[in-house]
Amino acid sequence: MKTENPKAWFFVLPVLLLVAFNALVPIMTVVNYSVQETFGNNVFFWQGLDWFEQILRSDRFHAALGRQFLFTFLILIIEVPLGIIIALSMPRQGFWVPICLVTMALPMLIPWNVVGAMWNIFTLPDIGLLGYLMNHTLGINYDMTQNPFAAWVTIITMDVWHWTSLVVLLSYAGLVSIPDAYYQAAKIDGASPWKVFRYIQLPKMKTVLTIAILLRFMDSFNIYTEPFVLTGGGPGNSTTLLSIDLVKIALGQFDLGPAAAMSLIYFAITLLVSWLFYTLMTKDDEQ
Amino acid sequence: MAKITLSNLRHSYLPNPKSAEDFALKEIDLDWEDGGAYALLGPSGCGKSTLLNIISGLLTPSEGRILFDDRDVTDLPPDQRNIAQVFQFPVIYDTMTVRDNLAFPLRNRGVADARIAERVAEIAAMLEVEDMLDVRASHLSPDNKQKISMGRGLVRDDVNVVMFDEPLTVIDPHLKWKLRSKLKELHQRVRATMIYVTHDQTEALTFADQVVVMQDGEVVQIGTPVELFERPQHTFVGHFIGSPGMNVLPVVETDGRVTFEGQVVAVEGKVSGQGGATELGIRPEFVSIAEAGLEARVRKVSDVGRHSVVEVMVGDTPVKAVVEGAVPVQGASVFLNFAQEQTRLYRDGWIATEVSP
Repeated sequence: MKTENPKAWFFVLPVLLLVAFNALVPIMTVVNYSVQETFGNNVFFWQGLDWFEQILRSDRFHAALGRQFLFTFLILIIEVPLGIIIALSMPRQGFWVPICLVTMALPMLIPWNVVGAMWNIFTLPDIGLLGYLMNHTLGINYDMTQNPFAAWVTIITMDVWHWTSLVVLLSYAGLVSIPDAYYQAAKIDGASPWKVFRYIQLPKMKTVLTIAILLRFMDSFNIYTEPFVLTGGGPGNSTTLLSIDLVKIALGQFDLGPAAAMSLIYFAITLLVSWLFYTLMTKDDEQ
Repeated sequence: MAKITLSNLRHSYLPNPKSAEDFALKEIDLDWEDGGAYALLGPSGCGKSTLLNIISGLLTPSEGRILFDDRDVTDLPPDQRNIAQVFQFPVIYDTMTVRDNLAFPLRNRGVADARIAERVAEIAAMLEVEDMLDVRASHLSPDNKQKISMGRGLVRDDVNVVMFDEPLTVIDPHLKWKLRSKLKELHQRVRATMIYVTHDQTEALTFADQVVVMQDGEVVQIGTPVELFERPQHTFVGHFIGSPGMNVLPVVETDGRVTFEGQVVAVEGKVSGQGGATELGIRPEFVSIAEAGLEARVRKVSDVGRHSVVEVMVGDTPVKAVVEGAVPVQGASVFLNFAQEQTRLYRDGWIATEVSP
């Protein structure tokens, strides 16, 4: 029996065109830059894979990549368990549900650069609420413009504040979809609260948690606006994450070739990690 | 295993119930014998699930006590009552294998591993699921999932009662009868007290030794399937059980004489009480078409296979009759005969005739 029909391609064409214009064409222009050298005036020289080699060997890239992984790792390890705990402690029905949901959603509704600016002012040692409290009331030396550790604490806290809600809302959606009968059966079976979590709640949350972690990974790995507004990558280079470094190379130094090569490497890493994670998480469902 | 006593039980979902309508359960007094197979039968919203949840401890009744073998358990949580419950939708632990699912209630109670293995093997054999013990429970079909949830209820050999809350709702029709007979068989083997909640009379009548019929939060009748069929204590039971249900016909009663649409009808025995709204109850199975009797006109004839259901009009009142063999044609004039020993009078819904000696 013939199952393939060449006409099918015709129906896929609109989507292909759309994808081509919003993804393939822009990426191809970056590929174009990544293998050439330009000094302006639309004059290009063939460079081959030199830029890629240069980026992959550069200590600056390694350092930024290391900071990027550290940042993503730290926010995931805080936001995911914290999000689950908050979702578990939220009411499932009644008057407080909409209030909790709206309160949770608020940080996500704030534009990213505003978040950065808010935290910048919030932590200023002389006038910011937190900065003043830490330095003048508690007597802890806290200045993120001077101290790399303070800068890291601040960007992590800011991201946790901004994005834990996403994990909360997705986990909550998973939790409320569990029928009461499961909890009743667990009670009758004599299951402890931990076992209820481990064998009922966690498995039911798995799909939404996979999505939550994936989204948080991609967003945090590509994060730019908030740390740029907050620390500008400083003090020194201590909070220069990959995207901040990339913009410095591309727009600050106007090295379009290396910047293009770095973008592609950056993109490949994001794609690879996302794919690996998703495949691992969904693997045992297919068995 | 235990005898279960419900005494003066009332329950309301409202914080301050005032009138009788505020109660989902109105005054229930019941004794469930140890090892019996009971069914709680009633239409949706009659309070049967509420009653079940009170027995299992998921709900605390507003008033009244629950005793297991004369021990008051009203204030005990579900896990300390030592009961098992099977829910409408199969509850299984997705990430565990079938074996771990069955072992779960025992492990939570710290039973020794050897004993667990023994019990799991026993139950698996009983349910005929031995070949799927190592399969992840999430991969099972709905009927097998429901079997596993039953298995989790039966695996503890010390349960006081196993309760089933409409367990066959999500099962395909062709598998329903299989699971139903399996349940009956399980009851005969384990001899635990079992309570089966359903709105399906076939399920109730095939499973239970004693059926408790409920309506609007009240127990209307308790009896064996035969008793419920032959002598309904209330018109609701007559109407709810049987297919088609009992004919309930408005009649006039004066000093024991019953007239239906102007014609005198003989009832089974002495009429008790007086006043109130009177109705005649007779099952379609006991209405026959005869040479003489009540005049009627045939309105509809439906052939349901083994027999036909003939709907006739006596005056302005429709009456159903179950007829085997030859049936009259639509529009024909016929005479009806009510079998006297199966014709009863109901006063305000409740039976008002006595069996003649």
